[in-house]
Amino acid sequence: MARSTTTRSKIIFTVIGWTIGFLIFFPILWTFLTSFKSEGTAIATPPQFLFFDWTLENYHEVQSRSDYFKHFTNSVVISVGSTLIGLALAIPAAWAMAFSPTKRTKDILMWMLSTKMMPAVGVLVPLYLIFRDWGLLDTRLGLVAVLTMINLPIIVWMLYTYFKEIPGEILEAARMDGASLMKEIVYVLTPMAVPGIASTMLLNIILAWNEAFWTLNLTAANAAPLTAFIASYSSPEGLFWAKLSAASTMAIAPILIMGWFSQKQLVRGLTFGAVK
Amino acid sequence: MATLQTRATARIMMSPAVILLFLWMIVPLVMTLYFSFLRYNLLMPGTEEYIGFLNYQYFLTDPAFFTALANTLILVGGTLLITVIGGILLALVLDQPFFGQGIVRLLVIAPFFVMPTVSALVWKNMLMHPVNGLFAWIARSFGLQPIDWFAQVPLFSIILIVAWQWLPFATLILLTALQSLDGEQKEAAEMDGAGAISRFIYLVLPHLSRAITVVILIQTIFLLSVFAEILVTTNGGPGIQTTNITYLIYMQALLQFDVGGASAGGIVAVVLANIVAFFLIRLIGKNLER
Repeated sequence: MARSTTTRSKIIFTVIGWTIGFLIFFPILWTFLTSFKSEGTAIATPPQFLFFDWTLENYHEVQSRSDYFKHFTNSVVISVGSTLIGLALAIPAAWAMAFSPTKRTKDILMWMLSTKMMPAVGVLVPLYLIFRDWGLLDTRLGLVAVLTMINLPIIVWMLYTYFKEIPGEILEAARMDGASLMKEIVYVLTPMAVPGIASTMLLNIILAWNEAFWTLNLTAANAAPLTAFIASYSSPEGLFWAKLSAASTMAIAPILIMGWFSQKQLVRGLTFGAVK
Repeated sequence: MATLQTRATARIMMSPAVILLFLWMIVPLVMTLYFSFLRYNLLMPGTEEYIGFLNYQYFLTDPAFFTALANTLILVGGTLLITVIGGILLALVLDQPFFGQGIVRLLVIAPFFVMPTVSALVWKNMLMHPVNGLFAWIARSFGLQPIDWFAQVPLFSIILIVAWQWLPFATLILLTALQSLDGEQKEAAEMDGAGAISRFIYLVLPHLSRAITVVILIQTIFLLSVFAEILVTTNGGPGIQTTNITYLIYMQALLQFDVGGASAGGIVAVVLANIVAFFLIRLIGKNLER
């Protein structure tokens, strides 16, 4: 394209880009704004955009009426817990696959990926019955176990693609110098692997936080994380838009911020390294 | 020195993940398969018996199955159409240099991080509500009759919500692919006098084809099991107009307690998903070789 029109095209694309960005982000912005309105203002026609009486009442109400922080804690425990257990299982596995690959490594990786493609509803019935018989229904332990297994393939895959990028020569050099396996892992591998592990962790906390099939089907009042708690607003009682907005804002804000920080790793993690 | 000892260590390091994942996959699946051949209803304990393929026969000849299958295909296809075309356009815009590009990028990917129950309820109530919703207000300001979204076009409403959630994913992946396009190639095409449209058709689109395939396959896997969005907005209704396969099986299992029927449905869903998975696995596997 002609270089002389660069500034003009830049301005045009600034307008187009920001318009699109604003429109796509709008539902989130609208939720955020509505969370500071009174219930009356929230349903007012014409809608009030910025000039209304801002209030924190909804945030207060959501907590005092429905014990919001219990569900928030459930979300934290379930997403962080399942991610940490997943990492503990996946780090050794991915390490072995990346540094001592055998003929079957690729098959194992593909097989792991294929478990991810099994539709959840295909195992809903037996899992529900197992949970019922073992007293795991509506417990955080049960959900941590399920979410660990659901995300394990993604964790292994992401770590594998990161570990693959660590040059093998460095490990060989360390071995030549007589480093034991333990030392090799602690002093050589770990420092190089930390960034990959961190972004894997971040992405998996996000995925587990937003998981909404098992969390809805296997919990009731006690272990319900935010996904299930927000779902309770679908009842007619939930026509309190301002409170729905306050609860929603608190449910998505932490994960949205984490997501923004992990956006660069997102593509790799979600396409299993097929697009980088 | 490495070989034998390292190989044994490697096996030990892999085994917990592999064994657990194997159990996680095989045990419930075998149970589902087993239940699918039984008459088994939780409301009538003690009446379980082997009935062969009867559950499958009921499930596959139930008119609700065909409606649900059609709904599933429309939901997946409609969402794919919006997200892939929208994603390509968005990626092309975001690839241009402009002021505040980084911030716009953050705004565009934001919906992906919103939990399904929140996005469904926010759209259903605050945007699509026929009286107080924002869309109704916009329609009235233009002198139009507001649409009662979930009564008049329930499935399309759900497609809109799901597409809003997945548009960021498609955009981000296509943008990543776009940015890996060789700048020199583009310049060479420009020098040869190729216009913007022919550059797009002959250079950009072929370059994106891999990424587009990945987007379609991965989204299909997830979209086949859309559940929360349906549960909190329509409960599959009105009638069964928004019931997809996943929701149909959920109703059979947890609302009608028909373990046998739901299991047969579950196996059907697994088979459907596997058809897609087969192609995806091959594609990713091919990439692993390089």
